[in-house]
Amino acid sequence: MKFLAARRRNPLVALGLLLVALVAVGGGYAAIANIQPAQASASSQTQVEEGKRLYLAGCSSCHGMAAQGTSNGPTLLGVGAAAVDFQVSTGRMPLAAPGAQAIVKTPTYNETQIAALAAYVASLAPGPAIPTAEDTSFDNADVAQGGVLFRTNCAQCHQAAGQGGALTQGKWAPNLMQATPKEMIEAMITGPASMPVFSDGTLPIKDKQAIISYVNNLQNASSPGGLDLGRLGPVTEGLFLWTAVFAALIAAAVWIGIKAR
Amino acid sequence: MSTTSPVETKGAAAATYLDQRLGSNKFLARNLGKVFPDHWSFMLGEIALYSFIVVLLTGTYLTLFFKPSMVELVYNGSYVPLKGIQMSEAYSSTLDISFDVRGGLLIRQMHHWAALLFVAAMSVHMFRVFFTGAFRKPRELNWIIGVVLVTMGLGAGFTGYSLPDDLLSGTGLQIIRGIVQSIPVIGTWGAFLLFGGEFPGTDIISRLYPIHILLIPGLILALVTVHLIMVFTQKHTQFPGPGRTNDNVVGYPLLPVYMAKAGGFFFIVFGVIALIGGLVSINPIWIFGPYTPDQVSAGSQPDWYIGWLDGALRLMPNLESTIAGFTLSWNVLVPSVIIPGLLFTALGAYPFIEQFVTGDKREHHLLDRPRNAPTRTALGVMALTFYLLLFIGGGNDLIAAAFNMSINSIIWFLRITLFILPPLMFVLTRRICLGLQRRDNAKLLHGYEAGRILRLPHGEFIEVHEPLSVKELAVITSKSDISPLPIPQKTDIDGVKNKNYKSESRRAKLSHFFYGENIPLPTAAEIAAGQAHVAHDAAIEAPLHAYEDADQIENFHGGVLHHPGMAQTNAEQQDDR
Amino acid sequence: MTDLTPHGTEPAKLGYSPVADIPHALRVSDTDPAAAKRAERQIASMFLLSMILVVVFIVAFCTIDKDTNVYIPVFGEVGFLTIVLGLTSGLSILLIGTGAIQWAKKLMPDVEVVQMRHEMTSPQDATDEAAANYERGKDESGFARYTIIRRTLIGAMALFPIPVIFLLRDLWSSPESGTLTPDEILSHTIWKKGERIVVDATYLPVRPQDLPIGGLVSAVPASLKEVQEAEGNLNARGKSAIILVRMDPKDIVAQQGDGWDYQGIVAYSKICTHVGCPIALYEQRTHHLLCPCHQSTFDLANAGAVVFGPAARNMPQLPIGVDSEGYLIAMDDFNQPIGPSFWERG
Repeated sequence: MKFLAARRRNPLVALGLLLVALVAVGGGYAAIANIQPAQASASSQTQVEEGKRLYLAGCSSCHGMAAQGTSNGPTLLGVGAAAVDFQVSTGRMPLAAPGAQAIVKTPTYNETQIAALAAYVASLAPGPAIPTAEDTSFDNADVAQGGVLFRTNCAQCHQAAGQGGALTQGKWAPNLMQATPKEMIEAMITGPASMPVFSDGTLPIKDKQAIISYVNNLQNASSPGGLDLGRLGPVTEGLFLWTAVFAALIAAAVWIGIKAR
Repeated sequence: MSTTSPVETKGAAAATYLDQRLGSNKFLARNLGKVFPDHWSFMLGEIALYSFIVVLLTGTYLTLFFKPSMVELVYNGSYVPLKGIQMSEAYSSTLDISFDVRGGLLIRQMHHWAALLFVAAMSVHMFRVFFTGAFRKPRELNWIIGVVLVTMGLGAGFTGYSLPDDLLSGTGLQIIRGIVQSIPVIGTWGAFLLFGGEFPGTDIISRLYPIHILLIPGLILALVTVHLIMVFTQKHTQFPGPGRTNDNVVGYPLLPVYMAKAGGFFFIVFGVIALIGGLVSINPIWIFGPYTPDQVSAGSQPDWYIGWLDGALRLMPNLESTIAGFTLSWNVLVPSVIIPGLLFTALGAYPFIEQFVTGDKREHHLLDRPRNAPTRTALGVMALTFYLLLFIGGGNDLIAAAFNMSINSIIWFLRITLFILPPLMFVLTRRICLGLQRRDNAKLLHGYEAGRILRLPHGEFIEVHEPLSVKELAVITSKSDISPLPIPQKTDIDGVKNKNYKSESRRAKLSHFFYGENIPLPTAAEIAAGQAHVAHDAAIEAPLHAYEDADQIENFHGGVLHHPGMAQTNAEQQDDR
Repeated sequence: MTDLTPHGTEPAKLGYSPVADIPHALRVSDTDPAAAKRAERQIASMFLLSMILVVVFIVAFCTIDKDTNVYIPVFGEVGFLTIVLGLTSGLSILLIGTGAIQWAKKLMPDVEVVQMRHEMTSPQDATDEAAANYERGKDESGFARYTIIRRTLIGAMALFPIPVIFLLRDLWSSPESGTLTPDEILSHTIWKKGERIVVDATYLPVRPQDLPIGGLVSAVPASLKEVQEAEGNLNARGKSAIILVRMDPKDIVAQQGDGWDYQGIVAYSKICTHVGCPIALYEQRTHHLLCPCHQSTFDLANAGAVVFGPAARNMPQLPIGVDSEGYLIAMDDFNQPIGPSFWERG
């Protein structure tokens, strides 16, 4: 175990694992979607048509026939492909039920359909585009600087360990432990739900990549001190103290008081 | 003095050596066999003492590595996500303890867990003392020392929480600054003196450090010593039981049994803290990052024992008034200065208040059962409810996030509940206590309801009642013979006017409120009659037992309905236990 | 069997408990020598195991690298050294405790003994002697007679701690501590007319077009870096941190001054007016700003008014504009002290 554990931390192993993962993901993706990129560029007009069809069927009742917005949903003019991709691919949209905030669930549409919807909404008015693979790569990012930026811009809502937190009136800032680089960039540039926009003008893509690199570090961080209690701070620590530590000591005290048979 | 074995001679020689210089044998003769009663709840104070010792030991180790300085430097230790970041030396040395000193993280975590446990054990110990009336004469002074110790514990904890200079501890200090600044007249100057100017300055950590490692632990150590000497001289209280009276102590002698048990328990507490310190992460400061006054994390919380004060700050409505050009921040003063001030004063004064109300100046060494002091128990539950509601308020954001609730609804719910639930709990607790007293009396007069119906030869059905066990009889009859103060007369027999009539009648009213509907024990004759009646029941049933004892009764499936030796009564089972 | 009469008949005597023999049952180890032997072996093996664990601790300390991680189910990826040191030292200590207690429970006598208490009150002769001594001291010192000595002594005792209060004065000793009072210092920040607004942490200047509607920037004054280095502390940062948000100008209901926004961009202090936590939990849909410490909520579309929670004062607003190069600047300092209230604030 120790042997293996020691090797786990070897940078070469990490590199190797990363390579394997990249090949696997890349290969898998290519196998599934090897025809689509060509199709998408060749027939973007059909894609927009398809997107419009899907939009009218699934989204227009709230966002309006021309995406101009209704009392049930905001306008989608100018939100860009990034917003559509973020909302639909995380399952937040279409809305499961009215509530304080959309919840994450299994996406209703498949990748092709999401791309079509995004293309359609993007065709209505200019807006942020879906981040490219180059945008979401954080190999050369400065993780420590990312930490400073995360604590300055993100920790106030998403909590220092990225565990999320409460907002007003039942809204919340989600936990970031499962967030992908693409989702994080999309969220920063589009400002979904209550989240404000962190534009490229004030937070350049380099800084965003640093933040993603720090979050990635949080997602994969080991817990040097043992069981991490959800990394929620003193509240769970206090809960553990009272329920486990104190209870164990009371049990010991009772045991001491019981007469031996 | 015997000389049968060389070991004994050596021991005696050592004792003699000391005795000739200290006169210690008189003390040893009297105290080595001193008796301590045994009960698990008497060990709560021991948990506090032992965790304090662990705090001292681990804390001393930490001082060898911690640098209480706010000098800014660039971190270059082995924790990569903070490499190259500007931070204070205090924070960087805490990171070094966590990542670069082997075993440093274990000791840091032990220190923090032990500190949390110290305050927790003190609090529960205090509840035990309160609810059993152990604070009554002659132990009022020790109660006050205890209250001071709890306050010191909060101070020790908070100063320690502030030292690592991470984002969480700095946020705590920022709140302290706001609280100090809200104090009328002297607050602004107070904050500037405390922080050496504006917040955060560069002095606060080096100022909290000597308070945390010298002043408060020194005071705690001194007070704990006095606390223990007083327990020793006054002898420990005991719970009622067979053979236990107000004039004796029943238990185990200091040497060897109590020594082995108390000493063994120290190692258990120490060992559990070491285990938890190694297995469970606490205050991972590297996640929060270095403190800067313009960063904050969602879910910023104090350690548990400050949680109720933070909750009070959250629940308080936003009242602020300006009088003659000066600001009074009630929204900060009330929850963080006035409420804790009142609560701790009331806590310290309680033994004297109760003594005034009851007029009871006797020594009490036999503990009250909480039900036998319904008003005190109800007051305690009321205060505890109030405290717990504030405590829940302190975690409202995490509760909201965990259970998909609205922060705003939780705060409004708590604001209202804070005024409704405590009085409700008071009434409810008092009712329950009185109900339990009635049940006790019924047991004394009619024995246990055995749940067995007996058909007598002439056809009458009776439910068999069984006599109480010796232990239960002793416990129930331990209730002390209390009665409210008499209502004063306006004039005495000779027609002289009573000058103190008003104050005396107020006091009598309070006394009646305190003793209220307390239910007196039946007289000894009534109890004897009742138990005799029960014995009669048992006598009727006895032949049946004899019959049943002989037989194995099976139903038609072959299940055993009865086998020899089964007919053991509740009372017998009680005695066996 | 049980004596049910109270102890004696004198009134106000506590301890109504009936006197009964203290129950005592023999243990297995009292009657069965084999069981006693088993208990002895059990206890000794606990102590032995404790010693072995200390050896394991030493071996682990010397051989495990401090950066090694290990995967443990339930715990996840955790630090190997800390967990092994905790387990070995914890268990070795715990075993000493359980061994000692087993010893007490199984092998030491478990008969409860009775000891009588003595009233705390001293016997009358001691009390008399103490009182006599006190009186003698009072007489011999003349404490009652020399009125003037007594009064001056009391006066001197009352005054002599006062210097301590003065000695605390220089807990705050900086250049400005002689010339400015705390409330004067709290009333100003380093913001001034023309001071550029830059992004916190990266110090990038901000142009209005960089900030879309719904955008948020945590910002500081451009000169902060120099001030911070010159002063050697974070005080200026603690006061001058602001948040910059942009909303549809139509959404702005009120501001603290006419035209303090710039095309829908408004700047508010980041420091809560309750007890001073930094706030940037900005909800762009509602324009509400929530404090994570005590849940005060401010409406940035309505002059930073408090809409919920314990804060009593509006969030102070910073008037902003653009300079000749098109970068956002402050048009003035805050017109009120930022952060928590204080006595002299009024």
